[in-house]
Amino acid sequence: MADKLLITSSPHIRAAKTVRGIMLDVVIALVPASVAAVVFFGIKALSVLAASTISAVLAEYLYEKAVRRPVTVGDFSAAVTGLLLGLTLPPAVPLYVPVVGSVFAIVVAKQVFGGLGTNFVNPALAGRAFVLAAWPLHMTSAWLNPLTMDAATGATPLHAFKGGQAAGSLVDLLIGNRLGSLGETSAIAIILGGAYLLMRGVIDYRIPVAYLGTLGFGVFIFGKPGALFQGDPLRGILLGGALLGAFFMATDYVTSPVTPRGRTYMGIGAGLITLLIRYWGDYPEGVTYAILLMNLATPLIDKFVVPKYYGYAHDALARRKAKEGGR
Amino acid sequence: MNKRSLIGEFTKGLIEENATFKMAIGLCPTLAVTTSLVNGFWMGVAVVFVLTFSNVFVSILRKVTPDQIRIPVFVILIATPVVIVELVMKAYLPAMYQILGIFVSLIVVNCIVIARAEAFAYKNSLLRSAFDGLGIGAGFMIDLMLIGAVREFLGTGTITVGSVVLPPKPLFEPMSVMLTPPGGFITLGVLMTVLNIVFQRAAAKKAKTVS
Repeated sequence: MADKLLITSSPHIRAAKTVRGIMLDVVIALVPASVAAVVFFGIKALSVLAASTISAVLAEYLYEKAVRRPVTVGDFSAAVTGLLLGLTLPPAVPLYVPVVGSVFAIVVAKQVFGGLGTNFVNPALAGRAFVLAAWPLHMTSAWLNPLTMDAATGATPLHAFKGGQAAGSLVDLLIGNRLGSLGETSAIAIILGGAYLLMRGVIDYRIPVAYLGTLGFGVFIFGKPGALFQGDPLRGILLGGALLGAFFMATDYVTSPVTPRGRTYMGIGAGLITLLIRYWGDYPEGVTYAILLMNLATPLIDKFVVPKYYGYAHDALARRKAKEGGR
Repeated sequence: MNKRSLIGEFTKGLIEENATFKMAIGLCPTLAVTTSLVNGFWMGVAVVFVLTFSNVFVSILRKVTPDQIRIPVFVILIATPVVIVELVMKAYLPAMYQILGIFVSLIVVNCIVIARAEAFAYKNSLLRSAFDGLGIGAGFMIDLMLIGAVREFLGTGTITVGSVVLPPKPLFEPMSVMLTPPGGFITLGVLMTVLNIVFQRAAAKKAKTVS
């Protein structure tokens, strides 16, 4: 009888989800945005995306070979990092920018800290922050006019918008017919990809909703210079990298809180910091640093947002019980 | 305790007990002044001089230094060569003194110097302490020059020594971030990783061939 009784520790039920499956879903979700980028910015976009993706995968492979760790290129996480990084770059950057960014993202931000699952910030954004600090000129001026693909000298619509000027028709913003980074121009393509991820249950709606909601509300209040409560929340969300960041980067499992409530807090925090940097900071756009800063705050959020214990009425009680070491 | 040869006291500072990459001490000047190879070199020279003489002084006086007040005594003994370096640099290398500035005076509280005084010179003979100071100092100088060279090359595209500029024209667009403190931290971290992996593998290989 005793040998019939099987005793194992949790988990007892395993989902069929794998890292590879999830990452493939993310790649699929990024296809519309990538295609839109190539349609609008042509061969330049293709070469930047290819350079960042290939060098990310190569960097992961070579690093893991060099330190004799199992090679994890097959789980597509490096490819996702590279593609995401490529989508945050302006179209006309020299090709060494995506290459250096990808190598930094994979080696310094991800592998040095132990690889997938133990990195403390989103690798793609860390790579972008590094190239932004290394070559600020390229990162803020290498714009191309969509479709005609010649070098653009004007300010980006986000810049015009911040100055209180008109920032193009909503249709243009939705389709992507405007200046901007590769993946941030076409709002429809990003929303399509985000919707796919939400549908497949890959990401939690709380982070993007809280992020974009906070940002939109903030833009509504402060968006118009010299007047309160007259901003344009829709353009505030559609312009810049907020959509891409909210759907694809802030939702990174490794660097976002695990509890539902914590995720809401993270979204709100990222929205507030984006707003702060956009309107009161020196940088034109704050999505990168907003998400990176909230990545850093994630362990803190996880520490303070304790979920309600089953059978206990109040959070306070549960927290006290947890402190006492009880269940 | 097995004693090293005098040469061994010198060479251990280069790799085995390397100040920056093995013991990770004295990092403030390491990060602050290593924006170029030449800066690293002169800072290194200053530390070699101070470290050697402070080790010698501490070693000479080790038997008459009361235990309870040894740290203040060390600081005074270290301050002497620091002031000498500072004045000499001010007189003969004013341009370099402008760049290194406060970090030369700060050698007084440099943890490498105090650590060698406390951990080595206070317990060892004069000659041994002198070689220890020379070795640790030389290792530190090489570290500073290495970090300086990497940061200068990536941050400005060229390495300038006197009137020699190599390569004559930057081969790529310089990354300004490498000249900033974050660039210093990144360079230090990456170099530390790479060098430790290399040394560990070399040691493992050596152990294999011996057995």
